[in-house]
Amino acid sequence: MRALQLTRLQALVERVYRMSPFYRKLWDEAGVKPEQVKTLDDIRRFPFTTKDMLRQNYPYGMFAVPLSKIVRLHASSGTMGQSTVVGYTRRDLRIWADMVARVAVQAGVTRRDIAQISFGYGLFTGGFGLHYGLERVGATVLPVSSGNTQRQIQLMQDFGTTVLVGTPSYALHMAEVAEEMGVDTSKLKLRLGLFGAEPWTEEMRSEIEKRWHIKATDNYGLSEIMGPGVAGECEYGGKMHISEDHFFPEVIDPKTGESLPPGEEGELVFTTLTKEGIPLVRYRTRDISSLDYSPCPCGRTTVRMKKVTGRSDDMLIIRGVNVFPSQIEAVLMSIDGVGPQYQIIVDRKGFMDDIEVVVELSKEGFTGSWRDLEALENKVRERLENALSLRPRVKLVEYMSLERSMGKAKRVIDKRRKTTDN
Amino acid sequence: MKVRQISIFLENKSGRLAAVTRLLGENDINIRALSIADTTDFGILRLIVNEPEKAYDILKREGFTVSVTDVIAVAVHDRPGGLAEVLAILEDAGMNIEYLYAFTGKSAGDALVIFRVEDPDEAIGVLTRNGVRVLANGEVRGI
Repeated sequence: MRALQLTRLQALVERVYRMSPFYRKLWDEAGVKPEQVKTLDDIRRFPFTTKDMLRQNYPYGMFAVPLSKIVRLHASSGTMGQSTVVGYTRRDLRIWADMVARVAVQAGVTRRDIAQISFGYGLFTGGFGLHYGLERVGATVLPVSSGNTQRQIQLMQDFGTTVLVGTPSYALHMAEVAEEMGVDTSKLKLRLGLFGAEPWTEEMRSEIEKRWHIKATDNYGLSEIMGPGVAGECEYGGKMHISEDHFFPEVIDPKTGESLPPGEEGELVFTTLTKEGIPLVRYRTRDISSLDYSPCPCGRTTVRMKKVTGRSDDMLIIRGVNVFPSQIEAVLMSIDGVGPQYQIIVDRKGFMDDIEVVVELSKEGFTGSWRDLEALENKVRERLENALSLRPRVKLVEYMSLERSMGKAKRVIDKRRKTTDN
Repeated sequence: MKVRQISIFLENKSGRLAAVTRLLGENDINIRALSIADTTDFGILRLIVNEPEKAYDILKREGFTVSVTDVIAVAVHDRPGGLAEVLAILEDAGMNIEYLYAFTGKSAGDALVIFRVEDPDEAIGVLTRNGVRVLANGEVRGI
């Protein structure tokens, strides 16, 4: 693998230096040359590529082939600001479908499956990415896209969907709607879920598995690198195999930029070894994870990444304490009577940061007793305090009163920021 | 005899109480007694209605967070000390009252009070043995 990676990396840096004015300038300024890549570790001499650079070169400034060779464009969802554009050559699309197929097969999809894709179709890479990958596997693809939830559930019943594909938060919302419609989810043919496009916790996984009676698997990708298909869980679950023959991973300290040894948690950085349209060298994903090079019981030899626990840029600093929304989610999902929908509101009162966790009562969470309600609220507050080392305000709200997301859920409202772009 | 009470969890935001009462009105459900307890964030509205099962189903269907609890409706002499007499009986029997609230209507000259206690059946026994009238479901619905 390392020999293949090195060959591909050397070819990549040579081609990128020749074809991309952006990288030529960046590397000239940093004083690095493609010939300096003698080993894989030599990549560490090269400067990082950031999302800001992609934005500054909007729309086509980072492309390394003429536009005539680009057969598809996608744009990132722009969760944190202006969107970024990516272009694919015909070969890029073929590899993308292969990589998604790999992720799907690892998760357990076969050609006998009927896969309902509830990711949005459009500029977002989720819908089309999974679509062509699942077709490549030979599964029967149902391109429903996101939204119109009642109809989704109707189709699921009528067509005998066996695999559900979408964001984990939408999968949970669909379960709620199914329940309201009086659908017994244990009677459905659904057996497997492929979820991604946003960080989610193990507790959320259990919740989805319980409500749908399925196995819920995680996969990882980002549009800048390719879209879904960068990594995915195998039948043993837990950690995701990275297709490192196409995506070379590193983990760095997000503050210093220093490379971290295997196993240590930090920010994931990827180099696209084979991409033509918009190759990226040392792209900072902002996703927090760690790499595991130990053998996997499944027999696949590729490196595995830990489930993404958060993003280096969605880490909240509240009264000097680092807080990841995933920590809050894990607590809420572990308490009966609340959730699964929640929101985190951060504000500044005077000079003090104030954090409020708004969570819905579950249907069973309300007994009608004042005492039970107070006890529940106290339990949520105390568990959060233990997990976060700071005391949040807790607000219980009515079931179904928070906004449901069809795509990536908006969980954090930080009123301290003037803009949403950081 | 126990009476079915509907409890509704309400966020403290404008229009929620109006929404509940409008919904019940549209479905010909009459409110016999009510109480609200609230904090700054939320409140619990408790209702005695003529058709509790129907009210529960409708509220649930419309997305309200709702539950049903058994309470007892007690006839209290409508004179000074009337409520104190009943409370003394319950206290002597070592029964805790979680909450209570008064009815709008009257029954045969008595004031009516709704009690929520831990063990309604035992409370009914204690009260009737001491000559206090506990109203039947049908009576309460008809008031």
